[in-house]
Amino acid sequence: MSLVVASRSYADFTPEATFDIKKVDLHRLEEGPPLTATLTREEGLKYYRTMQTIRRMELKADQLYKQKIIRGFCHLYDGQEACAVGIEGGITLSDHLITAYRAHGYTLTRGGTVREIMAELTGRRGGIAKGKGGSMHMYTKNFYGGNGIVGAQVPLGAGVALACKYLGNDQLCVSLYGDGAANQGQIFETYNMSSLWKLPIIFICENNQYAMGTSVERSAASTEYYKRGDYIPGIRVDGMDVLCVREATKFAAAHCRSGKGPILMELQTYRYHGHSMSDPGVSYRTREEIQEVRSKSDPISMLKDRMLSNNMASIEELKEIDIAVRKEIEDAAQFATTDPEPPLDDLCSHIFANDQPFEVRGATPWTKLTSTS
Amino acid sequence: NTMFSTSLLRVGSKLIGLLLTRKGHFNTLGLRNDFGFPPGLRTKTFLLGPTTKMNLFQSVTSALDNTLASDPTAVIFGEDVAFGGVFRCTVGLRDKYGKDRVFNTPLCEQGIVGFGIGAAVAGATAIAEIQFADYIYPAFDQIVNEAAKYRYRSGNLFDCGNLTIRAPWGCVGHGSLYHSQSPEAFFAHCPGIKVVIPRGPVQCKGLLLSCIADQNPCIFFEPKILYRAAVEQVPTEAYTIPLSQAEVIQEGSDVTLVAWGTQIHVLMEVANMAQEKLGVSCELIDLQTILPWDTETVCKSVAKTGRLLISHEAPITGGFAAEISSTVQEECFLNLEAPIARVCGYDTPFPHIFEPFYIPDKWKCFDAIKKLISY
Repeated sequence: MSLVVASRSYADFTPEATFDIKKVDLHRLEEGPPLTATLTREEGLKYYRTMQTIRRMELKADQLYKQKIIRGFCHLYDGQEACAVGIEGGITLSDHLITAYRAHGYTLTRGGTVREIMAELTGRRGGIAKGKGGSMHMYTKNFYGGNGIVGAQVPLGAGVALACKYLGNDQLCVSLYGDGAANQGQIFETYNMSSLWKLPIIFICENNQYAMGTSVERSAASTEYYKRGDYIPGIRVDGMDVLCVREATKFAAAHCRSGKGPILMELQTYRYHGHSMSDPGVSYRTREEIQEVRSKSDPISMLKDRMLSNNMASIEELKEIDIAVRKEIEDAAQFATTDPEPPLDDLCSHIFANDQPFEVRGATPWTKLTSTS
Repeated sequence: NTMFSTSLLRVGSKLIGLLLTRKGHFNTLGLRNDFGFPPGLRTKTFLLGPTTKMNLFQSVTSALDNTLASDPTAVIFGEDVAFGGVFRCTVGLRDKYGKDRVFNTPLCEQGIVGFGIGAAVAGATAIAEIQFADYIYPAFDQIVNEAAKYRYRSGNLFDCGNLTIRAPWGCVGHGSLYHSQSPEAFFAHCPGIKVVIPRGPVQCKGLLLSCIADQNPCIFFEPKILYRAAVEQVPTEAYTIPLSQAEVIQEGSDVTLVAWGTQIHVLMEVANMAQEKLGVSCELIDLQTILPWDTETVCKSVAKTGRLLISHEAPITGGFAAEISSTVQEECFLNLEAPIARVCGYDTPFPHIFEPFYIPDKWKCFDAIKKLISY
């Protein structure tokens, strides 16, 4: 027996609304991003759907990992969705982005599909890196991964930014790293190079308070990560509010594109899961702390409340999005579990770039495999 | 060349294996299990004083505990060592010896080793931990250009012999590209440092204590898959196992097998398989110290058997087996009955999903023995 519910026409909804957002902290800047942000209904629904997709995808990955369908290392992004979605809202897909290993969210916002991401986690041929990279090594156009070695991706980002400047295409590169990586020497080398050559690079430190199990106070002489660029202007942003992140990114992008050189953004955010799936996440922080962040600052709830209280969407509509997202994730998980693994030839493919296939020495003197590219 | 010096303990002890020995390469924990650590004579050590059942990470803790107790200048530092370390190697040490002796560093390998060199030069017994051997490369310059050359370039005025660097090493079943590497070959190319790899808890404690005592900077790689899996009765007092001495674990007459770390246990199974199925008697040698390595023991063995198989997880080109192979063919050319066989990893980055195909498992090694015998 079906129940007919009178649906509201979309003309009833507020097409756009302006919200006050938190003031950012500034370093070597006279002005910062605006104190208000305008959100249209379409943008709101898009951000909601993307953040919900990331959230559900990460929770599904958690489930699959516990079922031992995903193995190896898996670093989940739930809690930090506002960062990925907000950043993408401030740049375009023709800009470039590079991050560290907590990369599933960025793979999605940068154009990957949930199917490809999940199949990569399970190591199947339908994966976004053909099953050869795994959780930490996912790539799409203008998204340079997905990098395992902490801090190593930041100088790479500067190189990409140099290419942008050299080619004069008005693009920029967003180079992300975490609070733990902020203590790596190569980050400071990159600050110097990009400032010297005025590269269009936005450094973003995703400060989720803990580097694995080490809290920021215990590992950093200065926890004001937005100031650590010294001569590079910096802003510290509330990373749990997607609108804050978006406005800050727009501001930073404008700064870079005007030729002023690099800028540093610190996003204060939080991850609900532990560092990786082998970390329960409660030996160095209390469950109460996690609960508090979930109840007070959850990025998806914040957006949802804003949209509902300003009549920009209905509860039913958002529920429909939730259901659609759940289905998408289920389909993707199904694909990820049933897709075949890459063929054994792939073991030796793409080691080098080569015109002719060449021989790769195998485990024993008489085992030779062929490497193709 | 006496096989065991007086400082070496000898015991005919029973070893308790804890690894599941299921068919196939990996058990349900995702750990590689194409070899076992079953009861049997794996190590010739004397029982001197009381022993306790310890696994590999506990034997590391025991060695570090002995060091901190007897040497007031000893300090341990690295990422996350304060709470006990990601592999529990330093559990309890901070509480026992204080936070100025066991402390965390920020995430900066180059800084950790550089700092360690300085501390060692100034007189402290510095024990640095690199969280995974895969992360050691930012520190490569410090190790190769600073630590290894300090004594040489200062004409013996200064040295950083008090420095020991420890790092978890080797494949584990699910580590993929950056948690599975075996970089000993990179460091073997550097005169001035010592590179040491144990095969089990008894060797681990003895060799680690030797590295700490040694007046040269040492790199100590700990096979991470054995941290929990390898369990033995280990003496609680301090003892040392000499560096640069290879150990003949099992004597044989037909084929010499050389390996280090985890691969020793794989070759042990291969030796048993060879005996049962082919009637081939294998002599198994644990190299223990990669640099400087014990050429005499290996060459003496090959002179006796005439056949050599060397095996390691690292890629075959430029792997340490190449150095052993080259030296043995120089010394024992006329003794060789067959070309020296190397069963190693493929020349690819350590793979993600392809790990079971990549590793030099016991069937590949067994196949190599068959070919050696029938040459």
